[in-house]
Amino acid sequence: MENSSIIQRSIARPEFGPFVLLVAELAVFWGLNHDFLSPQNISNILAFTVELGLIALAMTLLMTSGEFDLSVGSLFGFSPVLMWTLFNSGLTSLEVGFVVALLVAAFIGLVNGWFVTQLKIPSFLVTLGMLLVVRGTALFVTNGFPQRTWSAEGSWLAEALVGDFFIGPFRIYMSLFWFIAAAIALGYVLTQSRTGNWIQAAGGNPSAARARGVNVSGVKIGLFILSSIMASLAGIISSLRTSAANPNSGTGYELEVIAMVVIGGTALTGGRGTIIGTVLGILILRVMRNGIVLIGVPGLAYNIFIGAIILGMMALHSWLERRHQAGT
Amino acid sequence: MAEPLVRLKNIRKSYGRVQALVDTNFHVNEREIVGLLGDNGAGKSTLIKVLSGAVPLTSGDIFIRGKKVDFRSTSDAIAHGIETIYQDSALVTQLSIARNLFLGREPIKPPRFLNRMDQEAMNVVARDLLKQVGISKNIPPTTPIGSLSGGERQAVAIARAMHFDSDLIILDEPTNNLGVAETQGVLSFVRGARDSGHSCIFIAHNIHHVFQVVDRIVVMRRGKVVADDIDPKNTSVAEVERIITGMSDEEIHEAIVQGKQSQG
Repeated sequence: MENSSIIQRSIARPEFGPFVLLVAELAVFWGLNHDFLSPQNISNILAFTVELGLIALAMTLLMTSGEFDLSVGSLFGFSPVLMWTLFNSGLTSLEVGFVVALLVAAFIGLVNGWFVTQLKIPSFLVTLGMLLVVRGTALFVTNGFPQRTWSAEGSWLAEALVGDFFIGPFRIYMSLFWFIAAAIALGYVLTQSRTGNWIQAAGGNPSAARARGVNVSGVKIGLFILSSIMASLAGIISSLRTSAANPNSGTGYELEVIAMVVIGGTALTGGRGTIIGTVLGILILRVMRNGIVLIGVPGLAYNIFIGAIILGMMALHSWLERRHQAGT
Repeated sequence: MAEPLVRLKNIRKSYGRVQALVDTNFHVNEREIVGLLGDNGAGKSTLIKVLSGAVPLTSGDIFIRGKKVDFRSTSDAIAHGIETIYQDSALVTQLSIARNLFLGREPIKPPRFLNRMDQEAMNVVARDLLKQVGISKNIPPTTPIGSLSGGERQAVAIARAMHFDSDLIILDEPTNNLGVAETQGVLSFVRGARDSGHSCIFIAHNIHHVFQVVDRIVVMRRGKVVADDIDPKNTSVAEVERIITGMSDEEIHEAIVQGKQSQG
């Protein structure tokens, strides 16, 4: 095909807008405060970014299939609470507690998926209900108090999930590699595998997909389970890193995660999704949160910028979409 | 006489108290294009839905090449070589042409456990098929369906049915909303499908389109097949219209006059 249009084609890609925004963001923050790109600050940004990022990656696939999950934030808080409660009460070892927490999360995902696909209730309502059930359970079990956590050092599980080490001046957590592995794996699933084709078809035109023998309900249920497990894993990683298990943690994360996904160019209505875009979206929002504090804007103003970015990116995506349609 | 490709025997379908199909008998022979005509509510759509597995029948039998079959879903019908193409709804607009062609039956590159689609093979086949169905413009198979015209979309859907060796392709209103050139395109694909050994059921409101391509016309009225062997070569459009409405010229004339009187 025409090689002359490589630049044109990369501009036409949905990831182009988020990419430019991220570069601009980095340049502006660095210009205003050179400490922004110091190794210590970069390490700081990455530590929490990948934890939210794990949820956003799974959410990308789920949203591509035309559904979304509001219960991820509550699972982020609930799963570590469950794991530590099991461990503290002496019922299980930490490893078994970890597996139990993931299995419970998988079950919650299954219930979400079952309500959405079998009872045909919109995912907004199902996962809103689940958000309240899970958050309520976490609060009830703990009486609202944070759980006792020991310093997790020495456990192989903690080492594998959040063990940290230095690469040069950068402090890197193991969770970064889990995030990269998840991004590559899910990006591969979405763009290269036949499952990815089914995910996009399920979101784009479910009745057409069903007519071709694609198990649309199965695909969606699987993605709800994936989303719950990733939220649970992210919560546990965060809890091990900070040595805290607060039943209230993760409040509001569901909306931040959905914002990351849509900023990256995934359609809220389904059918089109991009993992690369989501990685960019994750970085855009986390860099923004870090950067505006660093350049001296009050932290409370953070949401103003996030809201403006969402509106701006949505306007850009819709403009590109219309231009693309008109140009054919 | 050879056994027809598809035969429907004494089909009944009722929705609650409403009888949509009343003891309908219908058949399609090998390499035959059948035009299915009838007014709104005559039962055409229900017949097609039964035949494509979209709705279960109340009673009656479906035979394919003489063998009785039982359709529980649309995938059952597809597995038996019956492909239904609805206007627009059969394709995923966000996906590319190649991905749509192979949706649900994507070829896998070895090793199998990686579950990787063989995208090169899909693109090669797609490019080939697009030529076969008469899309001469150089459209890359990676183009999303959303940027194709109505006629091109129909062509892709027809190409898919032809590629997967469907014996019977059902076209429900394939020429609706199409321009003149696109309509001619669809009609010529239908002729091409017959030449390559497929049978078709062609449903359209526009009788003139039906007359241009079909070998035989079947007319339905109030859930029944009222004529099933009309040869378009020695029947006029007006005669078929009379059969569809079930009224003679005088009756139509009277109805119009009465309508005018009651208005005045």
